[in-house]
Amino acid sequence: MQLELRGITKRFGALTANDHIDLVVAPGEIHCLLGENGAGKSTLMNVLYGLYQADDGEILLDGIVQHFEGPGDAMRSGIGMVHQHFMLIPVFTVAENVMLGHEQTSFGGRLDLDAARKRVREISDRFGFSVDPDAIVGDLPVGVQQRVEIIKALSRDAKVLVFDEPTAVLTPQETDELMTIMRQLRDEGTSIVFITHKLREVREVADRITVIRLGKVVGEAAPTASNSELAALMVGRAVELVVQKDVARPGAPALVVENLDVIDANGLKVVNDVSFAVHEGEILAIAGVQGNGQTELTEAIMGLQPRVNGRVSLGGQALTGLSVRRVLDAGVGFVPEDRTEDGLVAEMTIAENLMLDRSHGAPFVARGSLRRDHLDDFAEDKKKEFDIRAQSVSTPAGRLSGGNQQKVVLAREMSRDLKLLIAAQPTRGIDVGSIEFVHKRMVETRDAGIPVIVVSTELDEVVALADRIAVMYRGSIVGIVPGDTPRDVLGLMMAGERPAEVAA
Amino acid sequence: MSTSTAVTPDATPVSATLESTEIRSWKATIALGVFVVVALLLFVVLGRDGATTFRLSSESDVVQLADWVLPARSTGITVTVLLALLTAVVAVLTVAGSRLSARLRRVALAVSIVAFTFLFLLAFLAWAAAGESIPVTGLLLGTVSLSAPLIFGALGGVISERVGVVNVAIEGQLLAGAFCAALVASITGNPFAGLIAAMVAGVLVSFVLAAFSIKYLVDQVIVGVVLNVLVLGLTSFLYSTVLSQDTQNLNTAPRFPRFPIPVLSDIPIVGPVLFRQTLIVYLMYIAVIAVYIGLFHTKWGLRLRAVGEHPQAADTVGIRVNPTRFWNVSLAGAVAGLGGAYFTLDSVSSFGKDMTAGAGFIALAAVIFGRWNPIRATFAALLFGFATNLQNVLGAIGSPVPSEFMLMLPYVVTVLAVAGLVGYARGPAASGKPYIKS
Repeated sequence: MQLELRGITKRFGALTANDHIDLVVAPGEIHCLLGENGAGKSTLMNVLYGLYQADDGEILLDGIVQHFEGPGDAMRSGIGMVHQHFMLIPVFTVAENVMLGHEQTSFGGRLDLDAARKRVREISDRFGFSVDPDAIVGDLPVGVQQRVEIIKALSRDAKVLVFDEPTAVLTPQETDELMTIMRQLRDEGTSIVFITHKLREVREVADRITVIRLGKVVGEAAPTASNSELAALMVGRAVELVVQKDVARPGAPALVVENLDVIDANGLKVVNDVSFAVHEGEILAIAGVQGNGQTELTEAIMGLQPRVNGRVSLGGQALTGLSVRRVLDAGVGFVPEDRTEDGLVAEMTIAENLMLDRSHGAPFVARGSLRRDHLDDFAEDKKKEFDIRAQSVSTPAGRLSGGNQQKVVLAREMSRDLKLLIAAQPTRGIDVGSIEFVHKRMVETRDAGIPVIVVSTELDEVVALADRIAVMYRGSIVGIVPGDTPRDVLGLMMAGERPAEVAA
Repeated sequence: MSTSTAVTPDATPVSATLESTEIRSWKATIALGVFVVVALLLFVVLGRDGATTFRLSSESDVVQLADWVLPARSTGITVTVLLALLTAVVAVLTVAGSRLSARLRRVALAVSIVAFTFLFLLAFLAWAAAGESIPVTGLLLGTVSLSAPLIFGALGGVISERVGVVNVAIEGQLLAGAFCAALVASITGNPFAGLIAAMVAGVLVSFVLAAFSIKYLVDQVIVGVVLNVLVLGLTSFLYSTVLSQDTQNLNTAPRFPRFPIPVLSDIPIVGPVLFRQTLIVYLMYIAVIAVYIGLFHTKWGLRLRAVGEHPQAADTVGIRVNPTRFWNVSLAGAVAGLGGAYFTLDSVSSFGKDMTAGAGFIALAAVIFGRWNPIRATFAALLFGFATNLQNVLGAIGSPVPSEFMLMLPYVVTVLAVAGLVGYARGPAASGKPYIKS
């Protein structure tokens, strides 16, 4: 089925997310939509899928103009989507999720679960997935959840399949397999739209590439284009793809974690017997697919987890059992993985957000009242130093772009006297300019002799920053390897296998 | 093509691969310990002499069971010892639980707590009615009757919350149902017309709740609370200005007669309790089963739950979220309205100001205590109904506990049940959150 978008325009208030976008996807081709975070790729696909109504422009399938009131219409016309944030109901089984919306019923209106199970097995076998139709979706690893999304789309006989940033949650090997699946689907005649910002993947799988920047199509490229050509097109200027850093000069061990367990509310050990040390002046990256205990590990160090066994110490001082305030006072800076949820108060101004973790005394509070002047001066300084693009320091943090929000968090955490910096997913969902900035500051922090932990699910980031890499799988550390370990070895470790050459 | 070796991701559920440990919680042990102390004080220190007769059947029963006579004081002492032993068992389970499988441990814990509750209740009844007799069938029969409006209300709550709208307006739906049932049944002289009027009244209250919370995105709890006050004010006003002017024609509803089901009603104890009821109670049995099967085994229920858990996911597979919410909240209102009809077509035959007296809030508690499951919510409602009826029965036979104190019983049970036993319960993920499309 041929998909054509003509002059699609979508505005959110003053912001034009899509500005007259034209796109043609031929049957049996993989069409890559390349663009930075915030370029408008997902908005465009949500328009296509009927989740948003376009302000202007039309959608054509095989030359016929379509009117989608909602996703139901899009689906009936043969469009399927594998969403970036899975559209699965966590408490339902795989079969229930797959049948939802087009349920078959047997006698008396009862759900025909057997038919749904059969359908899941059928598609699952065709692509070599091993998915149990009766497993509860919320309990499955993210990589498998994505396969459930694919099964869901295919069970509705999708002729056009949209993959929205599908590789963010996968190991490199899983990514390769996904690409094999995409090729297999293409060869069966399905039109595929592949949305991503990762150049490596684009060049590997795309038949055609369309680049979007700031809501506009800025050009097409052949899959033979070089990384730097694609990056320049995507960002609009020449981009430095590697992080400049010297060889680390690690000092004494600073943060020492010994036999750390974290137990969740159901009694499961989400972090299991983890031990490692971070030295002064080195970056330790914690790699792994999302949901393998990294979040809980960092929260345990910060004192945010209620059930923790084991020992954590920083420069000889024990951190276990301390309140979050005391951990912060001990000199730990923390960039949480979800800045809108845990990193910032969206309604408060930039200046107020900058003093959030120092609200109990000097330098911003004197005798119980805020020293506004002092705070504003400080905020102006930081705005300049961290290149926070905002009208003023009294702009609410929630109005900033993702990249600028992250700079506010970073500015707050790095303006204290640090003895340790923990950054969880520091560049998730931010633009390339901000990524470069964040990476630069991480390396500078390291060079100042401060130990840095970077938790990231993006292998590119791990490889770019790390002096040593700890790979986590299902709550345990598979191994700690040097920063120059090859990607496929890291990929195997992310799937829980310890290659022979990696010492325990 | 990539040259790296492909690894099929491990598709086993995450929880199955993580090591599991037991979190020791002393909550159950402490709670039981408190009750042992209470038992010691009441049954031993303040023990009463005399024998208590538990009457298991009434004269009209076909099968007559012999009365059961227990000496109050020795029963009290025996039970207190047994309670202390059970508490010790629970304490041991807490300490050494990790040696048992999680399932076995849960079962053992549940059995101990049920046995504890039963024994405590037995000793309490023996103590409170020392020298008197307790009509066991009467106690249970009244429990089922008094629970009926709570169960209808709870079912309404379950449906509404499962689809994603918090239904605080159950009280208003019950009261509106009671009022309209009385009025319409009195005018037409037909209780069935009253039943339908009650459902319509419940739906109307739901319409307001649904419109404000789904269309205008007003905070659902606030709309619910305001609706309760509105219905209370409106029915009280109409009662004083209209109904009380002509009580004979406007507020004398024909009641549903008791209709014993042949054969079933002759089973000892169970028969009189469950199958000598009125039409509304039989309707309730059907409603519980229908809602349960509907929610978990039909297309309607699957879509309803999907909308309450993850509305956007439901939207992406073509389910229209807001209409689904609107009509199911309306349905919830109809079910709760039926509960209101119980007040004026079954228990008494006329409407009185604020006659539901907070039953809607108890029903709301039953929804949470029952963890949004219609069957469990029904049992929770039965527990509250039992507490209410226990207070009635003990008041009638003249117990040593002051009746004002006994009036608190249903509410104390509610607080203990919801706060003590349930604690944090996870409801439908999107309950209370409006779905906004851009």
